[in-house]
Amino acid sequence: MDCLVCHESTGTYKKFPTGAGHPASEPTVFPDENKTYYPPDWNKVAQSVQRPGRENCGTCHFYGGGGDGVKHGDLDSSMTHPDKHLDVHMGKDGQNFSCTRCHSTSLHHIAGRVYQTPAVKEVKSLIEDDLTSKITCVSCHSKTPHRQNAKANDHTDKVACQSCHIPTFARINPTKMSWDWSTAGRKKDGKPFVDKDEFGKPAYATKKGDMRWEKNVVPSYFWYNGSIEHLTLNDVIDPLKEVWISRPAGSIDDPNALIYPFKVHWGKIPYDKVNKKLVVPHLFPNSKTDTTAYWKVFDWNAAIGYGQEYLGLAYSGEYDFVESLYVFPTTHMVAPKENVVNCTECHIREKGRLAALGQIYLPGRDRSLLFDRIGWLAVLAALAGVCLHGLGRIFVKKNREE
Amino acid sequence: MAEGKKTQKIYLYTRFERFWHWIQALMIGGLLITGFEIHGTYTLIGFEKAVKIHNYVGLTWLIMFAFFVFWLFTTGEWKQYIPTTKKLISVIQYYVWGIFKGKPHPVKKSADSKHNPLQRLAYLGISAVLLPTQMATGLLFYLYNMMPQGFPLSLLAILHTFIALLLLNFLVIHIYMTTTGHSFFSHITGMITGWEEVYENTQIEEWEMPGKKP
Repeated sequence: MDCLVCHESTGTYKKFPTGAGHPASEPTVFPDENKTYYPPDWNKVAQSVQRPGRENCGTCHFYGGGGDGVKHGDLDSSMTHPDKHLDVHMGKDGQNFSCTRCHSTSLHHIAGRVYQTPAVKEVKSLIEDDLTSKITCVSCHSKTPHRQNAKANDHTDKVACQSCHIPTFARINPTKMSWDWSTAGRKKDGKPFVDKDEFGKPAYATKKGDMRWEKNVVPSYFWYNGSIEHLTLNDVIDPLKEVWISRPAGSIDDPNALIYPFKVHWGKIPYDKVNKKLVVPHLFPNSKTDTTAYWKVFDWNAAIGYGQEYLGLAYSGEYDFVESLYVFPTTHMVAPKENVVNCTECHIREKGRLAALGQIYLPGRDRSLLFDRIGWLAVLAALAGVCLHGLGRIFVKKNREE
Repeated sequence: MAEGKKTQKIYLYTRFERFWHWIQALMIGGLLITGFEIHGTYTLIGFEKAVKIHNYVGLTWLIMFAFFVFWLFTTGEWKQYIPTTKKLISVIQYYVWGIFKGKPHPVKKSADSKHNPLQRLAYLGISAVLLPTQMATGLLFYLYNMMPQGFPLSLLAILHTFIALLLLNFLVIHIYMTTTGHSFFSHITGMITGWEEVYENTQIEEWEMPGKKP
């Protein structure tokens, strides 16, 4: 990490895209963007150091994965100057929190990272949380933040705040939801090309394949104890199923697990057909004479062969594509309370937000079909019985009167 | 039925009994309507509102039921619920056959014996088994957050829903049976005013009297 990327405040400190973290040392054109990168005005930049602002954090975290909103659905450039409808904490017309208001630091230990194992072991007070490096909604809002006797307070033991208070993510800017590498390499008139979608985002790129971008995405929900299980390049996969590259850990039996919202990114990525392992293709050409980089020669076999060899990993020479899933915890873009998720978005028979969540009995969603049927049959039988009985009485009474 | 016979009015249901009957009817009706919305059977007033009403009414009923049980035992009215097989068959025969023939009901009502053997059986089953189970499962459901980890909510919910359906089944028959009195509305009138029309010269049999063991 260099100090300036977090602490400079002029906004002029720019790195050269392929400079491995270095700014340009002299004005240089980056051909892909057709844009000239200038060396920073070091004096100006150095004199501007301050506590990190949203722009500093956002430089990396809004653009992870190579573009705005590619990785996180709840972090993109719309969070630089959000209104309170997008983020009730950070809204400029509201609380106007900076990132560091919650992600407090002590000696550069930044609070609130979830990619630690486990991120949240138990609920702690704000003070404890500030001393350690974990922070959650509960740190400020307590475990019973709703009105007294509100049913919502009964949910906080199993449902994370984020599940109800972030109805959808990517509410202003679209986020990438799928990426199919298997279609990469198509050319137009022998040249790589890019097709844009309705958001102006790449829907197809020769280098990358098909992509789908979405706005206002309803999260997927999983039991989550603060840990995410990651697949490694050494793990054997089952190519007939979707491969979870990362997956939330936890179950209802885990006292630390909560139902938590995630962005699930779908992908189709290369794997070694014989060894049944994911592989690392060599994408970016390292010189003008590179003969294996995928983005130069568009040959998967060559790119994978080089990438695996570079990493010292085996490659059988046969590849195919496998469907993959990757999860991102959703915790930003907390909406104002008026926009909270309604009861019946989960407590509903079909197509609710928690339709796929197992291990619980969810009133309104679940039932015993057998007992329901027996019960209703008894009610209908009674109804039919009394109708017949009543008709019989009317009938015989008429007969007798006649 | 049995036209041409003289009738008389007797005071059958005290003010408390009438009050209890109708307030309980109201609460059960409200609980059924809101309960099935919570169960996901239909959408009517909104899930959140249904849950609130269901909780308030359920707890109110629970508290009132405690008072009712107290009343039942201090007044000796619990004896009205003692089951008997005597004349049970003839009551069943009456509803299956006799009623169509215009025959009189085999068991007469009186202040000391308000329930016929079939009613005794049905009401005992409901008051002693179905309602307490319903209240217990409902209360445990309400207090679910205080239950130990792993407590099976599904069991509570399935039982609670099933009993609700059995009570609905009872309600259908119960309401229909109100029309089988001396006239179409005489049973309902009796439960509203306390005075019910019965045939003159109604003889109360000895076993129906209080203090006598069935």
